[in-house]
Amino acid sequence: MERSPPQSPGPGKAGDAPNRRSGHVRGARVLSPPGRRARLSSPGPSRSSEAREELRSRLLGLIERSRVVIFSKSYCPHSTRVKELFSSLGVECNVLELDQVDDGARVQEVLSEITNQKTVPNIFVNKVHVGGCDQTFQAYQSGLLQKLLQEDSAYDYDLIIIGGGSGGLSCAKEAAILGKKVMVLDFVVPSPQGTSWGLGGTCVNVGCIPKKLMHQAALLGQALCDSRKFGWEYNQQVRHNWETMTKAIQNHISSLNWGYRLSLREKAVAYVNSYGEFVEHHKIKATNKKGQETYYTAAQFVIATGERPRYLGIQGDKEYCITSDDLFSLPYCPGKTLVVGASYVALECAGFLAGFGLDVTVMVRSILLRGFDQEMAEKVGSYMEQHGVKFLRKFIPVMVQQLEKGSPGKLKVLAKSTEGTETIEGVYNTVLLAIGRDSCTRKIGLEKIGVKINEKSGKIPVNDVEQTNVPYVYAVGDILEDKPELTPVAIQSGKLLARRLFGASLEKIYHTLFWPLEWTVAGRENNTCYAKIICNKFDRDRVIGFHILGPNAGEVTQGFAAAMKCGLTKQLLDDTIGIHPTCGEVFTTLEITKSSGLDITQKGCG
Amino acid sequence: MAAMAVALRGLGGRFRWRTQAVVGGVRGAARAGQRDYDLLVVGGGSGGLACAKEAAQLGRKVAVVDYVEPSPQGTRWGLGGTCVNVGCIPKKLMHQAALLGGLIQDAPNYGWEVAQPVPHDWRKMAEAVQNHVKSLNWGHRVQLQDRKVKYFNIKASFVDEHTVCGVAKGGKEILLSADHIIIATGGRPRYPTHIEGALEYGITSDDIFWLKESPGKTWHPTDVALECAGFLTGIGLDTTIMMRSIPLRGFDQQMSSMVIEHMASHGTRFLRGCAPSRVRRLPVGQLQVTWEDRTTGKEDTGTFDTVLWAIGRVPDTRSLNLEKAGVDTSPDTQKILVDSREATSVPHIYAVGDVVEGRPELTPTAIMAGRLLVQRLFGGSSDLMDYDNVPTTVFTPLEYGCVGLSEEEAVARHGQEHVEVYHAHYKPLEFTVAGRDASQCYVKMVCLREPPQLVLGLHFLGPNAGEVTQGFALGIKCGASYAQVMRTVGIHPTCSEEVVKLRISKRSGLDPTVTGC
Repeated sequence: MERSPPQSPGPGKAGDAPNRRSGHVRGARVLSPPGRRARLSSPGPSRSSEAREELRSRLLGLIERSRVVIFSKSYCPHSTRVKELFSSLGVECNVLELDQVDDGARVQEVLSEITNQKTVPNIFVNKVHVGGCDQTFQAYQSGLLQKLLQEDSAYDYDLIIIGGGSGGLSCAKEAAILGKKVMVLDFVVPSPQGTSWGLGGTCVNVGCIPKKLMHQAALLGQALCDSRKFGWEYNQQVRHNWETMTKAIQNHISSLNWGYRLSLREKAVAYVNSYGEFVEHHKIKATNKKGQETYYTAAQFVIATGERPRYLGIQGDKEYCITSDDLFSLPYCPGKTLVVGASYVALECAGFLAGFGLDVTVMVRSILLRGFDQEMAEKVGSYMEQHGVKFLRKFIPVMVQQLEKGSPGKLKVLAKSTEGTETIEGVYNTVLLAIGRDSCTRKIGLEKIGVKINEKSGKIPVNDVEQTNVPYVYAVGDILEDKPELTPVAIQSGKLLARRLFGASLEKIYHTLFWPLEWTVAGRENNTCYAKIICNKFDRDRVIGFHILGPNAGEVTQGFAAAMKCGLTKQLLDDTIGIHPTCGEVFTTLEITKSSGLDITQKGCG
Repeated sequence: MAAMAVALRGLGGRFRWRTQAVVGGVRGAARAGQRDYDLLVVGGGSGGLACAKEAAQLGRKVAVVDYVEPSPQGTRWGLGGTCVNVGCIPKKLMHQAALLGGLIQDAPNYGWEVAQPVPHDWRKMAEAVQNHVKSLNWGHRVQLQDRKVKYFNIKASFVDEHTVCGVAKGGKEILLSADHIIIATGGRPRYPTHIEGALEYGITSDDIFWLKESPGKTWHPTDVALECAGFLTGIGLDTTIMMRSIPLRGFDQQMSSMVIEHMASHGTRFLRGCAPSRVRRLPVGQLQVTWEDRTTGKEDTGTFDTVLWAIGRVPDTRSLNLEKAGVDTSPDTQKILVDSREATSVPHIYAVGDVVEGRPELTPTAIMAGRLLVQRLFGGSSDLMDYDNVPTTVFTPLEYGCVGLSEEEAVARHGQEHVEVYHAHYKPLEFTVAGRDASQCYVKMVCLREPPQLVLGLHFLGPNAGEVTQGFALGIKCGASYAQVMRTVGIHPTCSEEVVKLRISKRSGLDPTVTGC
């Protein structure tokens, strides 16, 4: 935004656009107020020149994205002739009637800066400025217009996507279905421990999928204990075999990797196993494993490079510690494990490792599950503690030393208190770092084309249509700056907003403990599972928060999330009939508010 | 049943107040204002107990009478009605036992070293399930006591429109009068008494959960007991189902046939279009069943250890002497006729639960209808029970959860042209590593075709179907549209996220198999 005063880039080179993000442009909406993400804090240009720059970049965005744009006035006979010409050619146009938008005069001004043409109609075809009515008809007669219309672009691809994870792949497939020429660049830089993987990104290879499968393996351990109470008979001590499990999970992942490649091929998406980085506008360098470089150009780009685990930056961390990038394909059982961090990744990994019968300690700097409801987070922690996971609170590691090599070896960890001078020492087979993740946005040449990133977090700010400040470059997935589209984030931010707006006392919180029926016979603990909803008293008790701690929480939460989207209220919850006997039904019979202080332990069945 | 007798004797000491209540209750038929209770509830099942507790909380003087007539096989149980004793609760627990059997088979794939096959001990499971049920019986009695609701273990019948009478264990007759009476006696399994040997040798769902020994090779002539057959197969028993016509009448038929397909592929045998004609006991103790194949007209026989009848339920109204009070019942079903306020033909007598004509036979509906009724009677409320979009789940081995209209019903109400059905075949992540077959894991959403495509029904076939369906029931209650559901972010990786990813309509004819992530 601190760019020099507006220049007049050539009409076909929107890549030179001034450094502002353009908003959603369709018809008269081009002049709606700046998007809600516009930042007001930046120093530099005055408000009016900033507004002008904003408008300019919106117009360029509109030109960039449209096959044909006509800036017109509704009463202008020349404009009408041009519109008729395109409609007789069967070409869809983006028409902006400058006399029907509030700020038409300013649009016309900016247009004249861009094109040196003051009059309407002002026509762009495939990003090329054709001119006014006469020039358009001339171009039609000479055949240039038809050629411009045909020639989608001189670029190798319509779209290049950097990063073959969940976001990138779905984007690639969708664009291909819409008939675009698409390329996906995906390259996994091996972890410091040397782990790498196939196509599909974090979720498939080192995230959701292997994590849930290991979680399932741990649940099966619990199910095996339960099953004896349900009459299944076997006496031997049941042991868990890490290698068998890992092999089965990795086989499944390989089949998914393969499936992704297949589906890209089916949809004629070009897949290149190379590292992509921008070298100039619309141009990218792809470097493969052998170091061979190839250059590709495209009209538009999507950045979907995701994130990778963060390291501590202490002695021995990259040499001896592993992260979630390594854990799921670890060829040997990790043994006695120290998990550093209190993110959901840390707690999930600690949970299933303990479920396999391993000795697990979690080292926590401050709070558990930052960003989640803290009452729920503490309950998760104490459940884990009851099930054998040890917690070291308010400590951070300062050094990791290897005592013995091996699979696994032996590591000595030195940690110091965050509150005093106390230090502790422990010996573990494996140290798993799960202290957060960093965006992979700093080494892909974004600075070469002027895509802005948040210097601190490395995240990319985008507008409502996932567009970066460079109009032809978009971004999706984990690298987006504060996109509230993830369910837990949305719930939390809604709650915080409500708190800020109304103060906490205007919320009503209903809660209960419950005992899943499946746990009764199995003799598992009562009054551990917990359900809570948060309602806004001043909005018809609308449900603004939903929390459940118990089995199948994901399956339960999904439908309620859909209901919250539809404006769920406490009354509607009460009016809904439970499905009996399930855990989800507790939400239809919540009666006790937190403020009442009444006992919520369960004694019988409703 | 010895176990039951012990449990009841154990309670005797703590419930000495009962004797006094009995004495206090023996009065003549009373006039208004002098009646014994504000509310008398006949039947101590889910609906009845909900009514009683709600009224007591509103400060009313309440009594509950409950009596379990032993089944023809002699099975009886404690307070709490069908759901707790011979319905939802033991059923889901035995279903869980069967699911655990499946998980034990999965476990080696996940690295757990368990030698297969693992045998199942019915006795141990039954005892654990029964112990839990007994703790619930006890809990219900404690709750009634806490709320000062009088409880009478007597078989009641009407004397007049404000009075019922019953005989206590000692033979003493008790008369109870009340201003308002709620009938919540529920129903019991139907026996095909016209079939030779049915009553003598067959059992029903009243007995199965209380069997001390494994039922062995079982045979179900049934339209509805897919759940029982499912868990029996799941714990390793040889199970055959005989169906006269269609499975799960009233449910979406595509989903129902997939439930059957799944069961058949997991070892339950089906005999379709057959009708049993007699049951005989063989000298070796097993039962020989003879049936007629309706299509070929041929007779066939088979030998089984247990015959379980699950051919429907009859309301428990016959012994109530309803005509003395003037309460009307349906001549076809013997169920009690009520209006939208749950009132019978006698204005101060009401009925809730399975005993009522035209209501879904589900625990939560009975509870909610009961509570709303009591709030109208004593709490100044005017809210009526909404019987639309009642969600439910069938706990067959592959669970089937549904809410709202079936595809057939939607088409019947709105016309084929106005209905859009979105569907998907998906594979639960847990099935992959375990190498399980997911051919029947399927979800479909029935919507109106006109934007914004209001959701009319949701049908889900897969693990944890009940947990998945509950939240979406709320969504439908909130008037969810297809567009809104599609704008909900999925929770990854779960089965329920398949619902918010439904993109393929049946009309498009595209392959609804979910591939990839």
